[in-house]
Amino acid sequence: MTTRRTILAVVTPLLLIVAVAVAFLTVDPLRSLTGAAPPIEQVTVERHVLDGDGIALLVRVGGTAPVRIAQVQVDGAYWTFAQEPPGELGNLSSAWLRIPYPWVLGETHHFAFITRTGLAFEHTIDVAVATPDTNSLGVLGLVGLFVGIVPVALGMLFYPALRAGGTRSFGFALALTIGLLGFLLVDTLQEALELAADAAPGLHGAAMVWLVAALAFVLLLAVGRRKGGEIGGFALATSIALGIGLHNLGEGLAIGSAFATGAAALGTFLVLGFTLHNVTEGIGIVAPLVQERPRWPVFIGLAALAGLPAVVGIWLGSYAFSPHWAALALAVGAGAILQVIVEVGGLLMRRSATQGTSWASAPAVLGVVLGVAVMYGTALLVQA
Amino acid sequence: MRFPFGQPVTRRLLLGGSALLGGVQVVRLALGAASAQPHGLGHGAVPAVSRQSVAPSAAHVAHGGMMTVGEVDAARNGFDPHTILTSWDTGEVIWDGKGHLCREFVVEASDKDVEIAPGIIFPAWTYNGRIPGPTIRAMEGEQVRIIFRNRGSHPHSMHFHGIHSARMDGVPGAGDVLPGGEFVYEFEAKPFGCHLYHCHTVPLKRHIHKGLYGTFIVDPDPARHPEHEAAARSRLLGTPENRGWQEFVMVMNGFDTNFDDENEVYAVNTVAHAYSRRPIVIDRARPVRVYLVNVTEFDPLNSLHLHGNFFDYYDSGTTLTPTLKTVDIITQCQGQRGILEFTFKDHEPGHYMFHAHQSEFVELGWMSMFDVRGEIA
Ligand SMILES: [Cu+2]
Repeated sequence: MTTRRTILAVVTPLLLIVAVAVAFLTVDPLRSLTGAAPPIEQVTVERHVLDGDGIALLVRVGGTAPVRIAQVQVDGAYWTFAQEPPGELGNLSSAWLRIPYPWVLGETHHFAFITRTGLAFEHTIDVAVATPDTNSLGVLGLVGLFVGIVPVALGMLFYPALRAGGTRSFGFALALTIGLLGFLLVDTLQEALELAADAAPGLHGAAMVWLVAALAFVLLLAVGRRKGGEIGGFALATSIALGIGLHNLGEGLAIGSAFATGAAALGTFLVLGFTLHNVTEGIGIVAPLVQERPRWPVFIGLAALAGLPAVVGIWLGSYAFSPHWAALALAVGAGAILQVIVEVGGLLMRRSATQGTSWASAPAVLGVVLGVAVMYGTALLVQA
Repeated sequence: MRFPFGQPVTRRLLLGGSALLGGVQVVRLALGAASAQPHGLGHGAVPAVSRQSVAPSAAHVAHGGMMTVGEVDAARNGFDPHTILTSWDTGEVIWDGKGHLCREFVVEASDKDVEIAPGIIFPAWTYNGRIPGPTIRAMEGEQVRIIFRNRGSHPHSMHFHGIHSARMDGVPGAGDVLPGGEFVYEFEAKPFGCHLYHCHTVPLKRHIHKGLYGTFIVDPDPARHPEHEAAARSRLLGTPENRGWQEFVMVMNGFDTNFDDENEVYAVNTVAHAYSRRPIVIDRARPVRVYLVNVTEFDPLNSLHLHGNFFDYYDSGTTLTPTLKTVDIITQCQGQRGILEFTFKDHEPGHYMFHAHQSEFVELGWMSMFDVRGEIA
């Protein structure tokens, strides 16, 4: 009896919602307001491929009615093109536009897509370079190792020094880790939101970033504590490596897409700066292990977990990049980083409680400040 | 047309990209590779693209990919740029009730969606359902009566370039017609020449570029020009001398499809690439006369350049001897117009381009072609 009543209580409002929607659509009370207004349309370019056949663009459309791309202008000239799939494009659907245009290496190309209603949507390729083909997979992978694995592994080399420093240096290293993770959290969120702004407006990228980050945080926290209580030691190190790995995946995506989109300036100095920037990540990962005695495969595993996603990111970024997917990956990364901040902070506070000192001791505050400062300082290096 | 730069390169992309390229270099150094070109793709990749999607006529090969895609539905538009080239509205000769002969025309303004390039629908305002409006043609000295009815959603007028009284000027306060209203413009057709008419209701730019313009040709009366009688007779529609000519009316126009005060489409007689997709057939044995009018909005100038040939030009068409001899480009300000005369009689048959000599306009649709033939069946 009660179950039937419960079902009724759920079904009735649902039916009413459907009824209201149907009534609204049939009566269309807003008709007098919208009148002869043309439909709202959006065209966003998600990827481009430049090769010997010309230019191919992956466009995603949004709008209140299906969008038909009538003509394509390249650098202010109507150009022949083929659309796959052809015809009208429904809301949030995508298609490839293949344009046999003789693009010029290193120069800028402008595009305008004129829809049936005469609206013009613009897109720019800032620097035209050939899209990397599968031949460059190896080179790109090596670069991924260089910006992902190498700095993390180098950072881990500080492990013996941390151990030698004893308990005081342990607390300091944990605080340093919190500082560095704080920087990464801000950086990751910012980049996720920037990418979300480039995605098709209909996908509501910014809202997605915040929600996914929050969801990832809660999920990872729950998974980490599934055996009850806070985590520390090896489990915490793994969590940190995972969070940093997700951050590096996003970093890799950005690097890969920068290569694919030609938005790149040359500099060996800069890649060294980038490596330096990521060295601190290695220190952060091994900090919780100071009071353990891990064997060397553990270090290799952690370095791989934190660094290899950069390689994957670069590959994906150069061949299959879409801003909303990259924003999604970065949002997960932000949630993961927040989770490890909470865990490392918890560990730090538990330690100070057992030692009877304030968690806001001088070494701890100094560690956090230094962590942020080092990350910010090395970020300046790669900015040049 | 000008397009602003898209989104700026983000710091992250620059940073990442720099790191990456730096990385490539480092890796290459490490591997002992010396190549400077990472992809073996030379400067200026020329696509080896299949262009089979475009019909393989000689005219189409000439565009090299620089072309709109698809066809305009002339039936849906209700007019064809090819018909507009040679369709003259000579009105109807009637007694005006005061004992005078009078040439009477009927023109109706209406709102209409016009396909101005394949697949691009422009919410236009038209005279008699077409852009440009009817080519009104009369003889010098004739009394002209234009019954103008406004079936559109906004006030409109017909402002003729010609000699007439202020009352007949078609400006706000003198011949401005409210929706549903009517006005009769009356004046003597003079001076002879190639003129135009357009709506003069404000805001001017909007009323003109939405499509309210057309050509007004006043043929010279040979009896009034004994010193150039032959030339005058060749200009007068219906004479045997005139029938020896191939006459075309060409209105250079543009369309701002997204209303940002810049044209997305340029054309002659409205439809982008209409005469390059299907060239204008010319019998090389007969001379060619083009009544050329520029109504392009937003750009200060438009022009016409003829390939492989030169022409004589009559500015405003108000003289019977050329005002410019042997030129191959003519430039016109908005509202400026004139007559071009040329012949292909010594040319070999083939496709001869003509287009604006502003590359910008060419690439946005103002590209055309004459198909010069040896014999026309
Ligand atoms: Cu008007």
